[in-house]
Amino acid sequence: MIEIAGVSLALGGSRILDNVSLTVPKGGVTALVGPNGAGKSSLLSLIARLRPLQSGRITVDGLPVDTTPSRQLAKIMAILRQDPGVVSRLRVVELVGFGRFPHHRGRLTAEDREIIAASLEQFDLSDLALRFIDTLSGGQRQRALVAMTFCQGTDYILLDEPLNNLDMFHARNLMRTLRRIADEHGKTVLIVLHDINHAASYADRVVAMKDGAVVAMGETGDVIRPDILESIFGFSMRVENVAGRLTVLHHA
Amino acid sequence: MTAGSLGSQGFAYQAIGAATLLALFVASLFVGVGELAIGSLAADPEALRLIMISRLPRTLAALLAGSALAIAGLVMQTLARNRFVEPSTAGTAQSAALGILVVTLVWPDASLGWKAAGAAVTALAGTSVFLMLAHRLPPTQPFLVPLFGLVYGGVIGAAATFAAWHLDLLQYLEVWMTGEFSGVLRGRYELLWVAGALVVLAWWTADRLTMLSLGRDVSIGLGLNYTGMLRLGLVIVSAITALTVVVVGTIPFVGLVAPNIISRFAGENLRHTLPWVAGGGAALGLACDIIGRLIRFPYEVPVGTILGVVGAVLFLVLLLGRNSND
Repeated sequence: MIEIAGVSLALGGSRILDNVSLTVPKGGVTALVGPNGAGKSSLLSLIARLRPLQSGRITVDGLPVDTTPSRQLAKIMAILRQDPGVVSRLRVVELVGFGRFPHHRGRLTAEDREIIAASLEQFDLSDLALRFIDTLSGGQRQRALVAMTFCQGTDYILLDEPLNNLDMFHARNLMRTLRRIADEHGKTVLIVLHDINHAASYADRVVAMKDGAVVAMGETGDVIRPDILESIFGFSMRVENVAGRLTVLHHA
Repeated sequence: MTAGSLGSQGFAYQAIGAATLLALFVASLFVGVGELAIGSLAADPEALRLIMISRLPRTLAALLAGSALAIAGLVMQTLARNRFVEPSTAGTAQSAALGILVVTLVWPDASLGWKAAGAAVTALAGTSVFLMLAHRLPPTQPFLVPLFGLVYGGVIGAAATFAAWHLDLLQYLEVWMTGEFSGVLRGRYELLWVAGALVVLAWWTADRLTMLSLGRDVSIGLGLNYTGMLRLGLVIVSAITALTVVVVGTIPFVGLVAPNIISRFAGENLRHTLPWVAGGGAALGLACDIIGRLIRFPYEVPVGTILGVVGAVLFLVLLLGRNSND
């Protein structure tokens, strides 16, 4: 369970987050949605201890993120930020392998190697394993970073717009993989999504943010509603049930 | 599954690399003004003395300084997350020279060790300021960081020159700013073993250094003590630079050329590539010192001058080659 209580954040005089409180229950996929500048990425960074907490309290599995040793947190929570700007000349298998570092801290075990190989397979990277990441396309590199995050094997996985640069095949593959690890392995996924339909199709819960505050949260079907979406994004859109899935017709 | 250092022929490459280094080492022992033939070693005690007092220390100094400077360059590139910076062009060496100047001024009889310590302190300060400023530059402009480094190093170097001129110490400054192995004798180079120990320390932390190169967010996400590792890297860069400047003077380009060549072929997983970078730097240092001794025999050209030319050419080749391949 991720518990966020009374978290505010101000950067350079402007208020980014305003007294945010919410609870992400253990297990399942929770989508964070909202317009640009809503504070989604900042909230994710605070949960993942990438940014110092200014006020309020955040705990993951009961561990306060600002005082728990970073090494310990790295075994229960993995974060992939939007465009981390990795420029090193590493081979794909080496980069993905660093996801295991919190567990082995130096020497890869046979189990680590199995997990790395499975992760490469999962994200369609086996053929690229020995390529240097600076020779990959943006989407391939993004998949390598996602595979590294998965490799960390944590109970909590935080992803900031991981579908950037991915084609439809790999975007669908990633969302289905997230769904599967949540259903079969009880993982907790907190994911910032740009495309509201990915949230509508795959998430168990949706947290909607605007102007640094949470404006709606709950079961996906309760948040993906025309009136709530209009209050968040500022224009009206239809929500239809297409072949058993909620679909937002935001171009209509 | 993990890729070897240089692919499947890793062992063959290792053998070739080791043989090259050994050949350069032996050649360095037998090149010089003093008469010395390999066959005479057993018979002639004078020849053995020459080896032990002058040639071996000089060869070891070139080897140690070359490998340590290559690692200092590699670590600095990791810290700055930019392939085109190195201690001698981004203010570290200039800060070290300024430090020696200060120590010489307040304590003229200070030993080499104390001068090195003083130089390490100012090098640390100078490099920290450089990195702080470099991290504020936009990452989308990779050439801005090395250009800023050149200006920054130039300003510090100018300050050192001005101070030395005022204090009538210009000829000393010249010694520290020009890398040369001709003055190396037994008893005058041993501090470089400390630089060698720092190379081993860098290798020991290779995985963490590689993670540092993935950036702050990824490092912290993987549970790395990011700030602590940054500080350790700074100490390694500053101490190696200070030690080499004090003992043999400033040697340019080794820290730029060796890591860039190796990363081209073998990547940047430092656990595998760091020994190659160290070996490449040692080979470059030895080779350029040998060339310096031969080019206008029996006179010598300082290794710093040779490396300035060789390094600049190699670096241009690397830069241009990169464009045609990508």
